[in-house]
Amino acid sequence: MKRSRWLLAGPALALALLAGACGDDQNPALDNGGGGATTTEAKKAAPKFDAGTTMDTLQKKGSIVVGVKFDQPGFGQNNPTTGKVEGFDVEIAKLIAAGIFGGDADDAESKIQFKESVSKNREPFIQNGEVDLVIATYTINDTRKQVVDFAGPYFVAEQDIMVKKDDNTIKSVNDLNGKKVCTAKGSTSEKNLRAKAANADVTLFDTYSQCAEALTDGRVVAVTTDNTILAGLVQASNGAFKLVKAPFSDEPYGIGLKKGDDAFRDFLNDRLEEIFDNGEWAEAFEETLGKIGLDTPEPPKIDRYTSAGGATGTTGAGGSATTTSTTAKP
Amino acid sequence: MRTTVVLTLTSFAAAMVVGTVVAAFRVSPVPPLRAAGAVWVQMLRNTPLTVLLLLFVFGFTKIGLQYSFEVSSVIVFGAYTSAFVAETVRSGINAVARGQAEAARAVGLTFPQILGIVVLPQAFRTVVAPLGNIFIALTKNTSIAAIISVLELTEVADRLNNATARPIPVFLGAAVAYLVLTLPSGFAFGWLERKVAIRR
Repeated sequence: MKRSRWLLAGPALALALLAGACGDDQNPALDNGGGGATTTEAKKAAPKFDAGTTMDTLQKKGSIVVGVKFDQPGFGQNNPTTGKVEGFDVEIAKLIAAGIFGGDADDAESKIQFKESVSKNREPFIQNGEVDLVIATYTINDTRKQVVDFAGPYFVAEQDIMVKKDDNTIKSVNDLNGKKVCTAKGSTSEKNLRAKAANADVTLFDTYSQCAEALTDGRVVAVTTDNTILAGLVQASNGAFKLVKAPFSDEPYGIGLKKGDDAFRDFLNDRLEEIFDNGEWAEAFEETLGKIGLDTPEPPKIDRYTSAGGATGTTGAGGSATTTSTTAKP
Repeated sequence: MRTTVVLTLTSFAAAMVVGTVVAAFRVSPVPPLRAAGAVWVQMLRNTPLTVLLLLFVFGFTKIGLQYSFEVSSVIVFGAYTSAFVAETVRSGINAVARGQAEAARAVGLTFPQILGIVVLPQAFRTVVAPLGNIFIALTKNTSIAAIISVLELTEVADRLNNATARPIPVFLGAAVAYLVLTLPSGFAFGWLERKVAIRR
């Protein structure tokens, strides 16, 4: 089982890298052909980092390994036609990598090795150093903070409600009381639903696509879970469903990294704030989650918490962040 | 637990009726009926119950056959179990001495009469024990209704475990509850078997 997965992953990865390499060859050519002299924006040079920091190590190595989801539409999904992983998490990874290696997001793509992370293997991947970062719809919570550290959040998902297009009776979570509502068995969505609408008639399935089927068939009148998942279902429904857009819980997504690497965490947080401010974050959102029907929100507020077991007093990151923003032609 | 009992009893009643009819088809002198009986048995007996249930609930809804999850479960469990009942009853029919049917035909009875009056009563007598097995298997199979959100024993246990995160007492309790249902039904079938046994 394990073996066959790797056998599949091998060619997929090779394809991804190949596709990445091809894209890179084309981009400079396009730039030169289109503009002649680059007047719009000068490319960023690789910043300098203090020796010994994770950023410096990665820069010298010339590559970074990022764990992303391969099956989550809008965040990290393996496109079988191109062999590339696509989504908001992937774009964030590129922007982070651009902050380490210089250049823009497209240049940075060739430096990133994407590794498939599923919900269960994210902590071990970080702890064992299999990946340098995990950007995989990774909800920040206190249990996880015991074993890994989080930069961010870079996005806050919310639990929302999906109904049939012509249904105007459900406007908030309160309206779900007494109605037939579907969600996934054992999920946090189920817990939130029971807490917020105690009298809802809950139908539980193993997957959200089964809930969508039940909604199509009229067995339930609403489906509830993270708005990001629902948005994908709404898109797949070809206009049969719609989002109520009445969120009733928060799921902050963060970037997972090795516990105690405070310099790296500060760098990531600085870099996130930078892309929040310069519009690259919003651009990445529009190109991925925006396409499945989500409105671009305000960037979330970075949570610079004090890591329980982390080494304190490392100041390398502050200086390096300033170097990141200096621009020069390579 | 009540849902499990109701599911089991209604499904078993449906399975007995359908299964006996299908068994009659399989031994009938009319070839198309024999073929129909064989197809029914082989299709249902050789496909997983889970697949049948999902097919019925999600698939057949699309062609206009939509029932509540509970009714759907009874239909699917009943149909699935009827295949086993049919095969069991057929073996019972075959166990009835050939001379019985020949004698009945000799006195001018039609095929349905031969089967209904002479052969089937004797056939049932010999298959009480295997029918008991089928009943117990059905009791346990009703747990599959949990996948379509029917609140039967297993689903209740599953939700209880999600709420309390104490899997050992919860699922052990569910296992005991199934035993409480299946052990007495096993004894009941044993009693019935002795009661209708042919004294030799």
